[in-house]
Amino acid sequence: MSERPVHRAVSAAVAALVAVLVLAGCGAPRSGVGEGLAGTVTVFAAASLTEVFTELGEQLEDDHPGLDVQFNFAGSSALATQLTQGAPADVFASADTDQMDVVTNNGIVSTAPALFATNTLEIAVPAGNPGEITGLEDLADPDRTIALCAPEVPCGAAAEEVFDAAGLTAAPDTLEEDVRAALTKVTLGEVDAALVYATDVRAAGDAVQGIEFREAADVVNGYPICTLTDAPNPAGARAFAELVTSRAGREALAAAGFGAP
Amino acid sequence: MSRRRPRDGGVPAPLLVPALLAVAFLVLPLAGLVVRAPWSELGPQLTRPGVGEALRLSLVSATLATLVSLLLGVPLAWVLARSQVRGRSVLRALVTVPLVLPPVVGGVALFLVLGRQGVIGRWLFETTGFSLPFTTAAVVVAETFVAMPFLVISVEGALRAADARFEDAAATLGADRWTTFRRVTLPLVAPGIAAGAVLCWARALGEFVATITFAGNFPGTTQTMPLAVYLALQRDPDAAIVLSLVLLAVSLATLLLLRGRWLGRGATA
Amino acid sequence: MSLVARVVVQRGSLAVDVELSVGDGEVLAVLGPNGAGKSTVLRVLAGLLAPDGGQVVLDGDQVWDSADRHVPAHQRSLGMVFQDHLLFPHLSVTENVAFGLRTRGVRRPAARAAAGRWLDRVGLAGVGERRPGELSGGQAQRAALARALVGDPRVLLLDEPLSALDARTRLTVRAELRRHLADYAGSAVLVTHDPIDAMALADRVLVVEDGRVVQSGPPDEVARRPRTDYVARLVGLVLLPGTGAGRQVALDGGGVVAVAEEVGGPVFVAVRPESVSLYLDRPAGSPRNVWPLTLGAATPHGSVVRCDLTGEVPLTADVTATAFAELGLAPGAAVWASVKASEVAVYAR
Repeated sequence: MSERPVHRAVSAAVAALVAVLVLAGCGAPRSGVGEGLAGTVTVFAAASLTEVFTELGEQLEDDHPGLDVQFNFAGSSALATQLTQGAPADVFASADTDQMDVVTNNGIVSTAPALFATNTLEIAVPAGNPGEITGLEDLADPDRTIALCAPEVPCGAAAEEVFDAAGLTAAPDTLEEDVRAALTKVTLGEVDAALVYATDVRAAGDAVQGIEFREAADVVNGYPICTLTDAPNPAGARAFAELVTSRAGREALAAAGFGAP
Repeated sequence: MSRRRPRDGGVPAPLLVPALLAVAFLVLPLAGLVVRAPWSELGPQLTRPGVGEALRLSLVSATLATLVSLLLGVPLAWVLARSQVRGRSVLRALVTVPLVLPPVVGGVALFLVLGRQGVIGRWLFETTGFSLPFTTAAVVVAETFVAMPFLVISVEGALRAADARFEDAAATLGADRWTTFRRVTLPLVAPGIAAGAVLCWARALGEFVATITFAGNFPGTTQTMPLAVYLALQRDPDAAIVLSLVLLAVSLATLLLLRGRWLGRGATA
Repeated sequence: MSLVARVVVQRGSLAVDVELSVGDGEVLAVLGPNGAGKSTVLRVLAGLLAPDGGQVVLDGDQVWDSADRHVPAHQRSLGMVFQDHLLFPHLSVTENVAFGLRTRGVRRPAARAAAGRWLDRVGLAGVGERRPGELSGGQAQRAALARALVGDPRVLLLDEPLSALDARTRLTVRAELRRHLADYAGSAVLVTHDPIDAMALADRVLVVEDGRVVQSGPPDEVARRPRTDYVARLVGLVLLPGTGAGRQVALDGGGVVAVAEEVGGPVFVAVRPESVSLYLDRPAGSPRNVWPLTLGAATPHGSVVRCDLTGEVPLTADVTATAFAELGLAPGAAVWASVKASEVAVYAR
């Protein structure tokens, strides 16, 4: 958050352990420098980007056979924390600008972040709508079982704004640490409804139904992407970021339900 | 200072060096917590609303989980150690599976059985309208699932080590198996049970993944200290450190209080 | 007869088949070497082990064990004293003694009072509030006896009750045990490997070896006329099997022994070590039994040296230490041994 280089250096050991475990399959970090597009590209991306980024990663690997794209999908705030604690990565794509600011303020961003997509919230209910949810008011009903994202993650922050805009007080039973965890509760049928992104509703297919609501349009999450200063594979990082912002990338994102940046 | 004679309780060098490294490995991270703590902000951080709630919830649920583990685990340990029931070794392997199972798998498994759509949970929901996930009870269930095997193994070990001849003596004095268990076996293995309970409580207190997967996360109801620490880390690392310190202090105090019984009568040095 | 039993048990490679009967007020000692199966027999009588065959019947009509029935230990009217007293360490001595009454429903005040009386009887007045760990070995064993007897059991079982005590304590506790057993009105079975216990405490002795009864009878008769090497060695006799003809016995292992009475058929010849005399040269004189033997091991016992002799008539001789030294004896020495025919015991095998 604030600039505390000493704090960051001492705490690096703790978070680096987490990141090392996550990146265990990546091999030696300092590879691919100056060798063109080969080696590993490590992408930290918001959970809502899971399907579309995986698809784009495969496309990049097809175009450049020596390349291996590895992903770490999680809540954007968790990713931001890991990056500021020194986790080695090439690219960061966040679900809102707040979490990107955290990373930018720590001075580890090499290119200015570029918005590549937008997303809005949608109510997700299990197939068949067993809880008979009709709109946002039902998510303020304490008798219903509702999952929201924790306010620390972009999805949760957006949810708070949405409820403010509607003048309602949310009555969640659980605050999940990333949007996919909330979605899973819906697909398992364990909650009556959850507030997730429109793209997540689409990604879940038949297991989940979506219910749109008016206030969703008022709260739009902008998704920025950037490459990082200590990237182990800067060429690969640039290549991935460019693919995301290219026409092919925009088409893939649109197909998944993301809005234009 | 007394002069230490070489053979009088000194540690041989080949053992001393690794021992010191082990101490460093275990203690340095804790020391790091203490050193980097924002001592000047300690007051405001500690009095934030969520902290007391999370701590209370953690202590209550860990204690409840330990009580459930004692009620169910001690009889199970007796069956494993003393009965002639067939298939005991298979049973023992099964009940210690949660020890090696990743907690997230445990959380998912609990969901699949006790969730609203779960094998048993569905019946429960349809007949009583009560669903276990997202309640404090679910926290206790998740913690019991991961912690009870510690108690069972500990108590089974104590029962095996106890002299079974006392039970013979009790039988010749007219005590049936239940009376023998109550008045002879249980008092004899009480220290082993206490040690197992402490281990169980500590494990329950620290449980995170199974809890967040099965019980969810909501302040006051299911947000235990480990969950609070994890979420705070993303928002405000200082808060995370303070919460961690609180948990560390509580754990240390409990273990020190029980240190004599934790390791048995000979270890109060 | 009050307790009649045939105990048939297979314990690993040991097949136990023992018949016994003990009357009211009688004490039966079961004597035998370690591994003979004595404790197994006791555990079956106690109901701690279900036998593979046979039966255990009390007072002619209470069947404790039979082909289709096994009454568990806690339902039998018995008291048991163990080698290591096995007083419950977490209870006081009084609570230990009262235990057998409390399990049978006696209320605490009455049970404690009865326990107190019994502690007085065994000489442990005032010790009731201590823990077993604070008692000496002898005190603990007395408390164990009180604990076993407080419920007025029909059968009293004692499993090597004196073996864990040191020599001096053993003397005093044995004497007290003798008194209490004399007062006890039920059937008592005492298992021991110490013949002195059997002699001092029992009315009858059952000798068990390898799971079988090899001899039974009053203790002094068993001691005077042992039928196995084990008992003979225990009571300090040398036992030699042979065949009698007239006043001579041809030993199975070779050699001839002259005896005082007419005997015939298979017999045992028993010689006490103190009846054997040793000479360096062949003695001339009245003894009919004189043999050249070799001195094997020589073990001092107080003022006496016990000599093991090998040769045509293997014997054990006790000579005074002075004589041993004067004769200049050492292992390997050739000696002449003699025994008076009148001091050789011979009896049918």
